[in-house]
Amino acid sequence: MPAVLISGLVKRYGKVRALDGLDLTVRTGEVHGFLGPNGSGKTTTLRVLLGLLRADAGRAVLLDGDPYRNAVELHRRLAYVPGDVVLWPTLSGGEAIDLLGRLRGGLDQRRKAALLERFALDPTRKGRTYSTGNRQKVALIAALASDVELLMLDEPTSGLDPLMEAVFRETVREERAAGRTVLLSSHILSEVEALCDRVTIIRDGRAVEAGTLAELRHLTRTSISAELDRVPGDLARLEGVHDLTADGSRVRFHIDTEHLDKALKLLTESGVRGLTCRPPTLEELFLRHYEAGR
Amino acid sequence: MTGTMTLTRLALRRDRVPVLAWIAVISVLVVAGASAIAELYPQAAQRLALGVTVGSTPALQALTGPVFDPTSVGGLTAWRVTTMASVLAALMSILIVTRHTRAEEEAGRAELVGACPVGRHAMPAAAVLMAAGANLLTGVLIALGLAGQGLPGAGALAFGAAVSGAGWTFTGVAIVAGQLTAHARTANAIAVATLGAAFLLRALGDAARIETLSWLSPLGWAQRVRAFAGERWWVVALFAASGLVLVAVAALLARRRDLGAGFVAPRPGPREAAAWLRSPVALAWRLQRGTLLGWTVAFAVVGTLFGVLAHSVGDVVRDNPQLADLLSRMGGGADAMTDTFLAAELGVLGLVAGGYAVQATLRLHGEESAIRADPVLATAVPRRRWAAGHLGIALAGSAAVLAVAGLAAGLGHGIVIGDPAGQVLRLLGAALVQVPATWALAGIAMLLFGLLPRLTGLAWAALITFALLGQLGELLRLEDWIQGLSPFAHVPPALTGPVDPAPLLGLGAVTTALALAGLLAFQRRDLRGN
Repeated sequence: MPAVLISGLVKRYGKVRALDGLDLTVRTGEVHGFLGPNGSGKTTTLRVLLGLLRADAGRAVLLDGDPYRNAVELHRRLAYVPGDVVLWPTLSGGEAIDLLGRLRGGLDQRRKAALLERFALDPTRKGRTYSTGNRQKVALIAALASDVELLMLDEPTSGLDPLMEAVFRETVREERAAGRTVLLSSHILSEVEALCDRVTIIRDGRAVEAGTLAELRHLTRTSISAELDRVPGDLARLEGVHDLTADGSRVRFHIDTEHLDKALKLLTESGVRGLTCRPPTLEELFLRHYEAGR
Repeated sequence: MTGTMTLTRLALRRDRVPVLAWIAVISVLVVAGASAIAELYPQAAQRLALGVTVGSTPALQALTGPVFDPTSVGGLTAWRVTTMASVLAALMSILIVTRHTRAEEEAGRAELVGACPVGRHAMPAAAVLMAAGANLLTGVLIALGLAGQGLPGAGALAFGAAVSGAGWTFTGVAIVAGQLTAHARTANAIAVATLGAAFLLRALGDAARIETLSWLSPLGWAQRVRAFAGERWWVVALFAASGLVLVAVAALLARRRDLGAGFVAPRPGPREAAAWLRSPVALAWRLQRGTLLGWTVAFAVVGTLFGVLAHSVGDVVRDNPQLADLLSRMGGGADAMTDTFLAAELGVLGLVAGGYAVQATLRLHGEESAIRADPVLATAVPRRRWAAGHLGIALAGSAAVLAVAGLAAGLGHGIVIGDPAGQVLRLLGAALVQVPATWALAGIAMLLFGLLPRLTGLAWAALITFALLGQLGELLRLEDWIQGLSPFAHVPPALTGPVDPAPLLGLGAVTTALALAGLLAFQRRDLRGN
């Protein structure tokens, strides 16, 4: 069984459909990227999985249990980092970390000490005196220091500096190596590209794309820029060519990945002097899906 | 000060409904009090009789203040409702000011606004303007309402001015309180504690006939404007001046601190959580213990003062043989008067403890709204245990503060009359019979939290309604079932004989039902998020 299995999930707030038939599968042991624009339903999905919200329709299975009915037992096996970390103003960061870990069923003191060191967090400061990034570190350390099967991270690095983000990536890789499953909701595409095995893109409460990055790339276009002896006239007529521009002997175009072979043949026949061939970035993939909805 | 008007409009936009409700309640309360007195005591002789009774009952004066003119409807109205209306106007002002100053800073919204071309003092100025406007409107409505009842215009105006004045002075208190601490909750606590102290000074001064004490309290001034009894207009100037001085002090303090900071620099906390901090109940205790300590100290101080003072209340009778004779034929005497006074004061403390119970229960709502409930409920904590933690603190805490007040009053009174052990037991019992009634308020708050989380403020409305029913029910001769809506109407007398346990068990059953219903509803509903 996958760690998370969601199908046809619907959550309404009054007339607004925050989730509108969402499908999402997170396989055990993978790092799964959960991407979507603001307000697309990422946090709502996580809160349904945590049993904080009740879905109106559809099915959600979390670690073989019902996220609402088996909430307490399931929560012993997972850790959650909210997107907006709010701490108790009068509790120190160290107290918050210990408390959350103990409420989950215990935390590894040695791992906690190591994480405090790596994330360079001062645990004696009171909750209200932390910056956004430091509040996020408190929640991250509390989650990572627990011995759990599943980590649910809601945009966990949005407030971290680049140095700390590198530390975060390192720790997520270690978690995966240790066999843990990670559901990572994120906006930072480079992070998702660097960390995730599979990705689900959500828009308006529905999954619009899901698969490995390679699979997603396969469905999209490669961008090509070539310096040629002569520009072949039938290039524009070739199947799968988009956005062709010619500037003297230089051409630029996008090509559907399945037609790449034919296009390259045509180019080599035209005397290639220079060639840049770039796979689609996740960003392009992402933008295509987002803009399609406008 | 740039931007003050824009911010005032923003404050109005956010809070017009609750503020108008406050204003309506206060002015309707005053006008209804006047019309009830006119209807129930139409003859001057009847009014005089009431006035004489009041004059010989220090317990009543401790609650309401002295009667300056027992013959007129206006004079009795001023006696009966001035303190109540002034306390409500003060509360309204405190809540408005804190909500639009310190609470905004704490939430970080002040930073958003402060980065705009807005003057440093614009935000507090807007809050003060809003509170001043609300008090002014209250005063005008009271004056018009009382004049509309056919009462003399000068008295009506003085009455309105007294209530607005008290509200204005506490506007000043609240704005200063908001400069001292970084927390809205603490700022409210400081301002409300000041209001409590003002009430206490006036109560002691009026009951024991020590004018100086009453003059130390803005609530004493409100009485001493003497509406409908030879108005003393210069007292109104005391309100105006004290409010202005406090606002000026706040402005000076504000210049010496950073946005979002208080006057006490934050100290570092422990590196690790204490070993006991490992359950939702422990977390609730960790979050609430400071507040509970404050309430406990306040109840101890107030209990001691009432206890020490109680015996001297009987002196009014001891010095007056005719009155003593009259009272003994009615089945009382100096000691009975002392008991009446103590019972009345413990009754007020019961209501205040009800306020604690509501506040402590609604910490649940505060934690949920601040999204601090999410991370806890995402761990292996069942919802009912999380909610039961805070509810438990509310129940145990309200019992504890009442017990402390009873002990302190018993000790104080016992030492004065030379019977500490006996009086401690007696007054502890009299304080503890209030506990089930305060618990009913916690039950109401819990039910609202579970069922109607957007309307938890109704728990406070219930408390104010119960207080008004207790204060005005007899006077307005409301029917028994209406008076009986208040749990405090069912508190059995405990000083005069053995306590009837039936109503206590009944209140306990009601509390249990309300709390369980609230818990069940909470387990079934969605958690509110951002």
